Amino acid sequence: MEHYNMNLTLKVWKQKNADTSGKFESYKVSNISSEMSFLEMFDVLNEQLVREGKEPVAFDHDCREGICGMCSMYINGRPHGPWQGTTTCQLHMRAFRDGDTIVVEPWRAKAFPVVKDLIVDRGAFDRIIQAGGYISVNTGNAQDGNNIPIPKDDADKSFAAAACIGCGACVAACKNSSALLFLSAKVSHLALLPQGDTERKQRALDMVAQMDKEGFGSCTNTGACEAVCPKEIEITNIARLNREYLSAGLATDSKSH
Amino acid sequence: MALSGIFLILFLLIHAGLNACIWANDGGVMFNKAAHFMGANVVPRVLEIGLFVFFLIHIIQGLVLEIQNRSKRGIGYAVKMGNRGSAWNSRAMGILGALVLIFLAVHLSDFWYPSRFGGLTNMYIDTATNQIVPAGTAGGKEYHDLYAEMQHQFTSYPWIIVLYEIGVIALFWHLVHGFQSSFRTLGLTNHKYISLIKNTGIVYSVIICLAFMLMPLSFYFGWIR
Repeated sequence: MEHYNMNLTLKVWKQKNADTSGKFESYKVSNISSEMSFLEMFDVLNEQLVREGKEPVAFDHDCREGICGMCSMYINGRPHGPWQGTTTCQLHMRAFRDGDTIVVEPWRAKAFPVVKDLIVDRGAFDRIIQAGGYISVNTGNAQDGNNIPIPKDDADKSFAAAACIGCGACVAACKNSSALLFLSAKVSHLALLPQGDTERKQRALDMVAQMDKEGFGSCTNTGACEAVCPKEIEITNIARLNREYLSAGLATDSKSH
Repeated sequence: MALSGIFLILFLLIHAGLNACIWANDGGVMFNKAAHFMGANVVPRVLEIGLFVFFLIHIIQGLVLEIQNRSKRGIGYAVKMGNRGSAWNSRAMGILGALVLIFLAVHLSDFWYPSRFGGLTNMYIDTATNQIVPAGTAGGKEYHDLYAEMQHQFTSYPWIIVLYEIGVIALFWHLVHGFQSSFRTLGLTNHKYISLIKNTGIVYSVIICLAFMLMPLSFYFGWIR
């Protein structure tokens, strides 16, 4: 693909902290290479702002190779920007043309309060995981892998669900700010394997209870989450979670809920 | 939402099936007999109570859900995602449902109320020949003439037809999403069944709503008399 440089106008959400209200700020960046990643373009902007003695734009990032789930920009009306199955850090500037105006907003959900500018607090996801997104039974020492037969199809589905990086794009895209795609991926990847199977009922109940406590909305199956997920987690996981949750609610005799 | 929705989906099937009797074009003999059965037999009467309960559950739950879900975002986005990730009707279930509810109120006061609490004229059907006979004829059985009421409503007031068509169009888009969504919510979908459920939902919505849309038009244009 041909390399080109471009000049862009950025409209970026600026907000001091969770307690203050924010507003859009316009910035101009010039000579942006089409081979830069979206975050590198923001690095250029921030260096420019530092040189000018202005405050840089705060944004989340970590691995910059699409596997950590830290980058979280809502670009031109879509979480992680226009490319399918791509995180913001893997979005490259060749997705844009010279003279474009790009609007960048933080994830919008009450369960994800803005920390500063484009950074939101996704601690709610951590607390959902803490509520049951793990295996607590003793699995013993490492044994021969073939001791526990797992059908290939189950292993594949579990792996596909485990690809969820917890970035929160599903919540950002959902009109109800529902976290069900995230939650269903986390429940599915454990429930599909024998080690996770034993606690599947309690896990589904505990994690859903925590999700409701965190103030996420409910799922109305619009499919927006699946469309924007950078890891292309499938919405059929939500049906699996619902199945798990309903049967767990009927079957469990625990009184903690 | 899902369970009450599926109950209402089943109800619509019966409703459309019974109403299709108008197309027998026999002056309402078959239709009025069917309507009489629904009003006189104990089973449909008990189901009718269930129907009202499920309607109420569906409406109240829907309202609560809509209000709760709308409160979860806080500040909205400057640039909306629109139809890039989801179909418009899946996001407009609350508004579509409200349109159907307005239509339902008019619809109940048009037909259900008079047929239960009086206000319909009577007609007489000969039990042996199944023909319409004048009042007082030996062998003639009395029926509420709901058919005549339909004919009256749909030939006298064009705005009622417009309202019904709008109501059914709203119902159509509500059903196209609602059908598959209810199965998803109950966890009854996987890769194997999802396309079956989606397509069944679309075929169901098209058939049911087309039937309902044609009913007022059939009277208005005199296709049936």
